[in-house]
Amino acid sequence: MLDTLLPILIFAALALAAVGAVRRIRLWRQGRPSPVPVLRGLATVPRRYLVDLHHVVARDKVMSNTHVATAGGFVAAMGLAIVVHGLGLAEGVLGWLLLAVSATMFAGSLFVARRRRDPPARLSKGPWMRLPKSLMAFSLGIFVVTLPAVGVLPADAGGWLVALVLAGVVAWGLAELVFGMTWGGPMKHAFAGALHLAFHRRPERFSTKKGSGGNRSTGLKALDLEDDQAPLGVETPSDFTWNQLLGFDACVQCGRCEAVCPAFAAGQPLNPKKLIQDMVVGMAGGSDAHYAGSPYPSPERGDQPVGEHQGSPHGPIVAPASTKDGKALVDAETLWSCTTCRACVEECPMMIEHVDAIVDMRRHLTLEEGATPGKGAEVIDNLIATDNPGGFDPGGRLNWAADLELPLMADVERAEVLLWLGDGVFDMRNQRTLRALVKVLRAAGVDFAVLGNEERDSGDVARRLGDEATFQSLARRNIATLSQYRFDCIVTCDPHSFHVLKNEYGAFYPEGQESGYPVWHHSTFINQLIEAGRLRLAPGQAARVTYHDPCYLGRYNGEYEAPRAVLQALGVELVEMQRSGYRSRCCGGGGGAPVTDIPGKQRIPDMRMGDVRETQAEQVVVGCPQCTAMFEGVVPSAGDEEVAVKDIAEMVAAALDTTPEAAPAPRDASTAQATEEVMS
Amino acid sequence: MQPESAMTPGLEVTVLVSVGRHPLTGRARRADQDARGVELARSFADAQVRLLHAGMRDESSEAALRGYLGMGFTELSLLEQPQGADVLPALAEALDATSPHLVITGERAERGEGSGLLPYLLAERLGWPLVSGLAAVESVEDGVATLLQALPRGQRRRLKVRLPAIVTVDDAAPAPRQSAYGPARRGAFEATAGPVSVDDEWAAWHVQPARQRPKRLKIVKAASARDRFKAAAAKAEGGSGQVLTDVTPTQGAEAILTLLREEDVLR
Repeated sequence: MLDTLLPILIFAALALAAVGAVRRIRLWRQGRPSPVPVLRGLATVPRRYLVDLHHVVARDKVMSNTHVATAGGFVAAMGLAIVVHGLGLAEGVLGWLLLAVSATMFAGSLFVARRRRDPPARLSKGPWMRLPKSLMAFSLGIFVVTLPAVGVLPADAGGWLVALVLAGVVAWGLAELVFGMTWGGPMKHAFAGALHLAFHRRPERFSTKKGSGGNRSTGLKALDLEDDQAPLGVETPSDFTWNQLLGFDACVQCGRCEAVCPAFAAGQPLNPKKLIQDMVVGMAGGSDAHYAGSPYPSPERGDQPVGEHQGSPHGPIVAPASTKDGKALVDAETLWSCTTCRACVEECPMMIEHVDAIVDMRRHLTLEEGATPGKGAEVIDNLIATDNPGGFDPGGRLNWAADLELPLMADVERAEVLLWLGDGVFDMRNQRTLRALVKVLRAAGVDFAVLGNEERDSGDVARRLGDEATFQSLARRNIATLSQYRFDCIVTCDPHSFHVLKNEYGAFYPEGQESGYPVWHHSTFINQLIEAGRLRLAPGQAARVTYHDPCYLGRYNGEYEAPRAVLQALGVELVEMQRSGYRSRCCGGGGGAPVTDIPGKQRIPDMRMGDVRETQAEQVVVGCPQCTAMFEGVVPSAGDEEVAVKDIAEMVAAALDTTPEAAPAPRDASTAQATEEVMS
Repeated sequence: MQPESAMTPGLEVTVLVSVGRHPLTGRARRADQDARGVELARSFADAQVRLLHAGMRDESSEAALRGYLGMGFTELSLLEQPQGADVLPALAEALDATSPHLVITGERAERGEGSGLLPYLLAERLGWPLVSGLAAVESVEDGVATLLQALPRGQRRRLKVRLPAIVTVDDAAPAPRQSAYGPARRGAFEATAGPVSVDDEWAAWHVQPARQRPKRLKIVKAASARDRFKAAAAKAEGGSGQVLTDVTPTQGAEAILTLLREEDVLR
């Protein structure tokens, strides 16, 4: 009897899955077009899954092994089950293989069940709680029905009642794991996830066989401003590109993003996981009442209750200002809470691009609605009128350096290094950093020049606030200025300018031109100077310091080593915070967050300073004017010692050996020697 | 913000908008006070708001005028005038022809002559009442507007005025909303040619940036926080002022000259 039932069940499940797949694909296709190579994309899936995705999953060893056993077991079991039970080809090793893989899958599902027994807060509950049982039903069911096929049990063992029960168990497993995959169950992540990997909007993120590409793609995508009648940004879920919608659908609701999101931890109304789920709700139409994870925090109410928001593919995501007290899919504050720190993207095992989506929606709010909150509108107006966010006189960009006689590019026209000063020139705190950096460059005998009053804001904050028009205007004018001069590289002490110059200006070079120079963060450049033996450092700073990785240097550009190498060369004792490197926690200063200033239960920089205090360091070393400002704004609670905030350039400037050099002969630039020298 | 029930439906409002000038960089922008005027007009429920600009049309002024369109308008009426023309006759004729109920404008332009006289001359020519320094329009009923006029130090005066009228706004009016790029660039200019009256006198003037005037330092000798607060919040007072009555022009001029010497304005 099972012999007749099983093929029916298997092929019915496959047929239903195919119907569901068509329906699901039509949901995604509501999005804007985005051309992808279909066959080549599909061909990349195994590598992208096994290498890139697994690289992220493997940060949690237990979970990664669990997933390998369960998912690998399932794929193999399903394939073999079609052959063995669907087509009735149980001869030889096939049946035994099926027994082995379903047993493996069962072992994996036991671990899934263990994790679901007392799940951490970041995991979604709801339908996800039944998943381990479904996995067990499938693996156990397939295992038992295969026993007769290989001849371990007689074909009619147990009679028709047992056969019927077994068929029921297998049907349950097939329902969850095969057509549940395309009809929106928890297993949806496998179907959508595989296609998301194939048609990802940032193919550069993935490794290739040659190992080139850098596996990093963090610059925001340019918004096309050519068509002056087109609405700008994302207003409705269908305004996302179709592969963005596909990406949202791939979410497995593991909540790793939630666990690392600084805004969520600060009690601001943002939870990256919920945001992605809201986009799925909007894409399919309906309300968020069925969401079973942590909701958005709410400073007033503790948590935002679910069920109050709803959306549709062609309805607005954020209720327009004209609708009084209106609620749509998400509240504007949710989108403006993001600091664009990219911690969520870094952690996401499904490679979902949260920051892109948030900026896309912000673009609509700013460019179409004129609804940038807080001081955002003022900052944008200042950028338009004065080319800097503070509204300072652009003719006074070099006032801080009146005594330094910095060489101007306009005078020298070519230099080894173009020193990009950034808007920190107007900030008295950052002026100290800049002075220190100039001192270091001069000590190393670097031939550098600055743009002076010709420099403009890089456009970083305008872009993150969604004002792509102002960003592109600033970018094009800066590019025109840069292309007048000859230099080997750009060095800047602002990671935001660094990121924008390095990764985002490329799209705006006039046709036939491209940026032909490297851009370095000052920590990288100083490290190069030290390695080349161009800096003489006097050891003896016996400080205990910790280093805070700026998001736009670390996660955005992968520079974790150089600042640490510089600190090592200084001979200071470096203690790492629990969250450092790619898991560094944001200072709260990015993405225009200090400007829009969405209230929460606590402030992000306070939390980060708490991390600093845990290390009992006397100083926190930073490499970003925003981080400096955010940390220096933290008031220590009663009884806590003040922790000094130092830029890495200040640390190096203070350690410069000013005693006259005995022999001015050029040094041998071997790294080992230089390191040894400064360490002694 | 406004009590909507008390608004006559179909109220026709024209806001006169000019090309502003950023005080630091001199770049063309939407003029601050005019933008406040537009914001005031946007706060009326069911009003038909029309934007009107008289002046030259070039790239920079168009970009600046689009700043007003970005506050939620689809079109802006433009009376094209050559550079340096006196826009008064053109504006008067246009307003006479369209006869709106209420005309809102800023106190003074940020470029050009900037004398602040235009609203007065316009009111005189049209024979309409003028109210300056408006903070809010409270209601419009039966052709009578109830206005809230801003006086120094946060005081307000409620006035009733029969329409049509011209009102001017200054910094006491609500801050203008953000200008959105999308609507701004999609908005259209509806250009019409008006009567042109060339201002020969203005053409003969020589214009140069103003030199910053010397400012008296405020020296606060306060011992306590309370004194410092009082000093900061104190009304600006002349103190040792001198009232001259029944003096000849020469005596008056001499008194002024003496004062300027005392203050080191003249040396």
